[in-house]
Amino acid sequence: MFAEYSMGELGAIFAMQGFAGLILFSVFVLMALGLAIIFGQMGVINMAHGEFMILGAYVTYLTSNLFATYIPSLFSIYFFLAMILAFFVTAALGMLVEWSMIRHLYKRPLDTLLATWGLSLILQQVYRSVFGAREVGVTIPEWMMGSLPLTDMIEIPINGIFVMVLAVGISTAVYIMMFRSSWGKQVRAVTQNRVMAGAVGINTERTDRLTFGIGCGVAGVAGSAFTMIGSTGPTAGQLYIVDTFLVVVFGGAASLLGTIASAFSISQAQSIMEFFLSGSMAKVLTLLTVVGILMLRPQGLFALKLRK
Amino acid sequence: MLLKGNRFFSTGDLVAFAILAVLIFVILPVGLDTFRLNLFGKYLTYAFVAIGLVLCWGAGGILSLGQGVFFGLGGYCMAMFLKLEASSPEATKIQSTPGIPDFMDWNQITQIPLWWEPFHSLTFSLFAVILIPVAFAFIIGVAMFRRRVGGVYFAIITQAIAAILTILIIGQQGYTGGVNGITDLRTLKGWDIRTDDAKVLLYFVNGGLLFVCLFIAQLIRKSKLGRILIAMRDQEDRVRFSGYDVANFKIFVFCAGAAFAAVGGAMFTLQVGFMSPSFVGIVPSIEMVIFCAVGGRLSIIGAVYGALLVNLAKTTFSELFPELWLLGLGAVFIAVVLAFPNGLAGLYKDHVEPRLLVIFKRKAGDDSSTEDFDAIKTAAE
Repeated sequence: MFAEYSMGELGAIFAMQGFAGLILFSVFVLMALGLAIIFGQMGVINMAHGEFMILGAYVTYLTSNLFATYIPSLFSIYFFLAMILAFFVTAALGMLVEWSMIRHLYKRPLDTLLATWGLSLILQQVYRSVFGAREVGVTIPEWMMGSLPLTDMIEIPINGIFVMVLAVGISTAVYIMMFRSSWGKQVRAVTQNRVMAGAVGINTERTDRLTFGIGCGVAGVAGSAFTMIGSTGPTAGQLYIVDTFLVVVFGGAASLLGTIASAFSISQAQSIMEFFLSGSMAKVLTLLTVVGILMLRPQGLFALKLRK
Repeated sequence: MLLKGNRFFSTGDLVAFAILAVLIFVILPVGLDTFRLNLFGKYLTYAFVAIGLVLCWGAGGILSLGQGVFFGLGGYCMAMFLKLEASSPEATKIQSTPGIPDFMDWNQITQIPLWWEPFHSLTFSLFAVILIPVAFAFIIGVAMFRRRVGGVYFAIITQAIAAILTILIIGQQGYTGGVNGITDLRTLKGWDIRTDDAKVLLYFVNGGLLFVCLFIAQLIRKSKLGRILIAMRDQEDRVRFSGYDVANFKIFVFCAGAAFAAVGGAMFTLQVGFMSPSFVGIVPSIEMVIFCAVGGRLSIIGAVYGALLVNLAKTTFSELFPELWLLGLGAVFIAVVLAFPNGLAGLYKDHVEPRLLVIFKRKAGDDSSTEDFDAIKTAAE
């Protein structure tokens, strides 16, 4: 299959596919980070995670329309405001959901899965009624369009670079929050031993709500970033939810580094195979490999050493 | 008394089975025209899956979000046989290659692939309907349960398997019919399955098989095996420490659930006349869980009613108010989990049965025969 390409072309193909894989990787990381907080730390399965992401995307869409209509002069920076708005709107919805639904179900993880699936159906229908069934796209600001030519065969789209930078930034922020702040310590303490954490004076209910809210907020930012490279429809979230869960499980649920490593390997494998096989076969092979490895190593790539 | 309980069937169970039998074999066939009856037959094929889920999830504590895989495999095995019979060289002589299924012809395939060949035989196909899904479930079960993967991880991985199979079926359209599935099925050994008579007969066969599955499920639940399953669900470690090999029980019940789902899938193909990936993937698989949850995850009879009611509601509401249907379904998911974790069967047990007992008690007092009352009381416990 390699015979018809010259060495230089082959290098360029790998570089371009590798870069496409990096963009996919950034999207996976952004989506998986929120889930890694909610699922990895709290052990709650949030099947509506994709819908929270889409909410962030719709918030971005609304903000961009708002800027375009009322303050077109500031249009080039609308995205930063949109991202912050997306974070707070989805975080608020997340906390509401935690308060009304999730907190009653901490002891029944399988039931959380069903309840949040129900929530995702409701949210999808709400989006469909409010924004219409068609996909919407945002206008990307001028400076994000176009691409950087590296060599005469390799070009890199600027919006892709932007999403990558965002992924790195948010991963760092989440890392600092989880492992370097007192809030992160509280979260981990509550997950490891709820009763003891309560006994030493941590407000476990508040910690749970904040954790869930921030996890959802990160999903919102992911959705916001997603608008830079694709359009948004009411059911777009559902397309990614299984992939995202696999990324988190594959990496080892409680490990942030594992999540990033697994997002990297899955996205690279998929995008490189996509060039040589059809898209669907590439996906099948990638998912099969992941499921196969998980069967051999159910604790994921990077697992904390736990005594079970 | 006519309905006297025994070790496997308490009086209450027997009454419930009898009522369901009357509903399925008398009330529905008498009260509905052939079209509606066929529709109910379709709903009942989902009841097979729901019964399997009661065993896996309700009794065994294993939530599989991939039951659509087994439903689909069973259905596809049946559909492949029917399709080969419908693609005889005479019936397909307008194709560029006569004698192969139409979708293969559209995809420029000129020869029936090797793995389709055995499906020329009805005996093989009928065995395949059960054995292929069970073998698949066995492999998944061995790989997962031996390594003590359970709970949410199992749910996510089965869901991923459902996603993989759907993508595979859609991607390989030359061999599987792609997104449209295997359509235009006509005869079973020369017997036209599209006529009204055939539909009524298939409905009764379906009902009969459903009862076979119900009996098997009841036997499993009431045997020692069923008790171990429940013990395992509640305190897995203690069962393991008592010397039982937990994984084997899980594998068994998962395979049983897969077999039930596969029978349902095959009957679905026969009654509806096609099979497509839209009954395999993530969304249908989760909907199957909701049939079980609405009916009551602990009750096999409840699961049948759950499948009937949710599907009836789906057909009715999605025609009348397409916008509201998803909202309603979502609300049902949340309500069932938060407010009625044991579904309809739970509601019946908590609110209806105690009142019935009071009535029976009064009657029993009149007859001054305490024996019946004792039987009902044990049934209630």
